[in-house]
Amino acid sequence: MIKSDILIIGAGPVGLFAVFEAGLLKMKCHLIDILPKPGGQCSEIYPKKPIYDIPAYPEILADGLIDKLMDQCSQFQPGFTLGERAMTIDKQDDDSFLVITDKDTKHSARIVVIAGGLGSFEPRKPLIKNVDRFEGFGLEYFIKEPNLFRDKKVVIAGGGDSALDWTIVLSEIASEVTLIHRRSEFRGALDSVDKVQQLKNLNKINIITPAEVVSLNGKVNLESITIKSSDNSETDIQTDYFVPLFGLSPKLGPISNWGLEIEKNAIKVNNSLDYQTNIPGIYAIGDVNTYPGKLKLILCGFHEAALMCQSAFKILNPNKKFLLKYTTVSGVEGFDGSHKKAPKSVIKTIS
Amino acid sequence: MNENDINIVITDREGVIHDVIAPTDMSINLMELIKIHELENDGTIGICGGMNMCASCQCYIESQHNIIPKSNDEEAMLSEALYLQSNSRLACQIPITIDLDNLKIKIAPES
Repeated sequence: MIKSDILIIGAGPVGLFAVFEAGLLKMKCHLIDILPKPGGQCSEIYPKKPIYDIPAYPEILADGLIDKLMDQCSQFQPGFTLGERAMTIDKQDDDSFLVITDKDTKHSARIVVIAGGLGSFEPRKPLIKNVDRFEGFGLEYFIKEPNLFRDKKVVIAGGGDSALDWTIVLSEIASEVTLIHRRSEFRGALDSVDKVQQLKNLNKINIITPAEVVSLNGKVNLESITIKSSDNSETDIQTDYFVPLFGLSPKLGPISNWGLEIEKNAIKVNNSLDYQTNIPGIYAIGDVNTYPGKLKLILCGFHEAALMCQSAFKILNPNKKFLLKYTTVSGVEGFDGSHKKAPKSVIKTIS
Repeated sequence: MNENDINIVITDREGVIHDVIAPTDMSINLMELIKIHELENDGTIGICGGMNMCASCQCYIESQHNIIPKSNDEEAMLSEALYLQSNSRLACQIPITIDLDNLKIKIAPES
């Protein structure tokens, strides 16, 4: 059982900033995210896009913003459950919530904060008839453990960064890597495209374009795939694994069955007070929430995180009076023993 | 409706046809027009905000209008989209201009 004061679902920019705000009030956070790394959309969809409306940053790359937020909250030692999806929530007798993930990891906290953005990212499934039947039997949407593919034959489909990156990684591990895409142009970082070209020139990988995978074949496990070329001819390719990488699409998922009031695919919260949902102790901040006048901007999520923490503090410490402290005055005391403080001014007589 | 407004006919994912007024003087694109009129749920369209990076705003052009041609980036993004047709475009890459009056589009299925 992983225990924390605040359990945050979603490790995007708003979830990460909430860790910092909570830390200032001595509340410890743990985060759950379905993606294998923190950052949410900023890491997954547009890491190299500049953002221009983060206060005090005239321009910052999305992945750069995440690096800074990770750095800012690191002194408060957040815990992470990554690559897992929060499935169920139950209120316990001691007033805490029990949140269980799809991998059966149990988390307990008095406060649950949903900072889930547009929802948990799920892979876009290719439109192939029997695709569900091979999930876990040779069809993989995520590559969590590259060694699974050691000395195996792998077919990757897709034309973006992840298809290129995994082709490069698996070319060193798998016995045979084939990359299939609808067209000959790939959309990715220039050095990845160049590297894949090199691997092809060295005959370390096969590239088949323009082509599409039209069926998956095998008795129990995947044995081969059928591809259709632009001239409509079909060919079978023997393979142990098929990895379609057609991007991820956010879905609210199991959270929509938690009894929370949902409007327009977002969670309704009380924005005149503290961004709490209709269930006391569960908050929703950032893009996942809605209220009159809501703006889906990272900077609005930061503000919501600060107000949520004040309210959570009152729930966790009903008898303590709260006083707002400025970091310029009190500094920041990390849970890791660090103490940041402004240097004292020198007082000296000038004679 | 003022002189800078045009009409655009949008078929949503449920097949419902909406004849909407679209301003040409607000620097908006077709994806944003769909969002302004709340024709689809948030989180199912324009996920990347219009950066040509997710294809969630794919639509089919159903009238003969002279639309701004696809950039290489749009072409590349579309090549990764599901439910692709020869008249597929990304709505976020089409700015609303006066010559699009009476344009007919259909929003592609959610994927």
